[in-house]
Amino acid sequence: MENAETSSLAGLRARGSAIDPGAVTVVLLLLGAAIFLLIGCLKSTNFAQYTIQGLALGSVYGSLALALVLVYRATHVINFAQGELAMFTTYIAYDLGLHGLSYWEAFAATLAIAFVIGTLLQVTVIRPVQHRSVIAVVIVTVGLFILIDGVVNWIWGGDFKSMKPPFGNGSFEIGGVTILHLYVGMMAVVLASVVLVWALFRFTKLGLGMRAAALRPAAAALVGVRVDSMLAIGWGLAALLGAVAGLMAEPSQIFLSPTFMQPILVYAFAAAVLGGLESPAGALVGGLLIGVTLTLIVGYVPKIGAELQVPFVFGVILLILLVKPTGLFGRREVRRV
Amino acid sequence: MTALLELEDVEARYGPVHVLHGISLAVEEGSIVAVLGPNGAGKTTTLRAVSGTVRRSGSIRFAGRSLGRRGPDGVARLGIAHVPEGRGTFSELTVSENLRLGAYTRRGSIQPELERVFTYFPWLSERRRQQAGTLSGGEQQMLALARAFVHRPRLLLLDEPSLGLAPVLVAELFRIVRELNEDEGLTVLIVEQNAHLALQAADAGYVLEAGRVVLSGSSAELRSDDSVRRSYLGY
Repeated sequence: MENAETSSLAGLRARGSAIDPGAVTVVLLLLGAAIFLLIGCLKSTNFAQYTIQGLALGSVYGSLALALVLVYRATHVINFAQGELAMFTTYIAYDLGLHGLSYWEAFAATLAIAFVIGTLLQVTVIRPVQHRSVIAVVIVTVGLFILIDGVVNWIWGGDFKSMKPPFGNGSFEIGGVTILHLYVGMMAVVLASVVLVWALFRFTKLGLGMRAAALRPAAAALVGVRVDSMLAIGWGLAALLGAVAGLMAEPSQIFLSPTFMQPILVYAFAAAVLGGLESPAGALVGGLLIGVTLTLIVGYVPKIGAELQVPFVFGVILLILLVKPTGLFGRREVRRV
Repeated sequence: MTALLELEDVEARYGPVHVLHGISLAVEEGSIVAVLGPNGAGKTTTLRAVSGTVRRSGSIRFAGRSLGRRGPDGVARLGIAHVPEGRGTFSELTVSENLRLGAYTRRGSIQPELERVFTYFPWLSERRRQQAGTLSGGEQQMLALARAFVHRPRLLLLDEPSLGLAPVLVAELFRIVRELNEDEGLTVLIVEQNAHLALQAADAGYVLEAGRVVLSGSSAELRSDDSVRRSYLGY
């Protein structure tokens, strides 16, 4: 039958497009990076230490980048307030700790609160301007940035606070490499939350509805998806991932301050851009790459050191946008008309 | 017989542009009704008024209930599936995900529906995991129809299903629509440029011109009407 024939042709073409030279390059690049890190770790304990620290920090950047990607996919803007939102929720956890909750109780409560805050923000300040223009939404998120900053300074003041270390101060040794419990814990918590969010999107009806609403709102509404609710939930989940990022970033910063998430937001931008902005996996890989690169550079090139980290990352963002604006995983969409 | 869908004096506009100037039509339960007319007559807008994807006024009643100000998701939840022009498939999602979205408003397992859909579209079953965007235009159109069917709607709104399809596929598509109608009692309101095909499949039809109904009747009546013959059937 004619139909069957066209079908098999389309199938062939689909399979053909899966092996795209760009993707091969990216895989080879990542493989190369992994081999480089592996050899480095085997040769030098210092290098291994930096790498592990970098992966732990990178997973935090990755989870904040993932929050950015979620919002970007749903609303098509970068939420500039994502980092401040994470900072705000970290303060909430700090406050809950003062009120007698254990670290992990406060952690769980904070994630729930973050989800509610994210959802409410979408409903109250994003939804009214969402259909006007992208710029309007961007300006609202910048406004949120300033607002949250103000609110946190007003409630808790600008001085440094400290929280209980979630994973203690212990460490263990493998082959002469000292690994802080903290770093393992950071990676585990981020990984768990990312896997949960991914499973939600991948396997549940709600997740399918959210993906449909983000991809094609009009078509999604036609099959009965409540698009507005889906976008609100998307913001809630982004805030939740941000809260995880904030809470896991805090112990590596030693002190909690109203500005502690700002450099991390820049790293998360870089991670998201590196990953291709639309790609959740890309955001994570981007986060890990940025994290490892930064710790290695700070470790081995003290001249760049702590002061020049942020400008360096801005340079990376600029470079990616110039050389490969679709990032590592920004796939060209397969679409036929 | 009572009408499943009833439009009375329905008006719709895109911004300042008035497209529908008081459309009235009725679709009997279990029938196929075609909407014919030249480009810009308001055929697509009529469907969009029903599904709530355009601002409308006037009365639209579905199964005796007013649609009121329901938006597209609310209308879909009442059991109306709209396959828009240009299909509205989610090309980034897989075939299987597209089908699951068709059943979005329903609870419980959709396995029986999926199996039934695969008897109509056997090739869909093998390609469940394929990204919908890699299907050909005709296949995407079939997927859109299959998705609407998984929804198990009481009313199917079908907009220009033949657009851009090879004649063989168009015939296949209409055969399936007819079959769904006869075997499952699916009610269909179809907008179609190809009046010949549409009147062949439909029980009744409405002819729109400039946002008004200018003629209506059974398919046989319309086929024998001189003006319809001249303007739309070309003989």
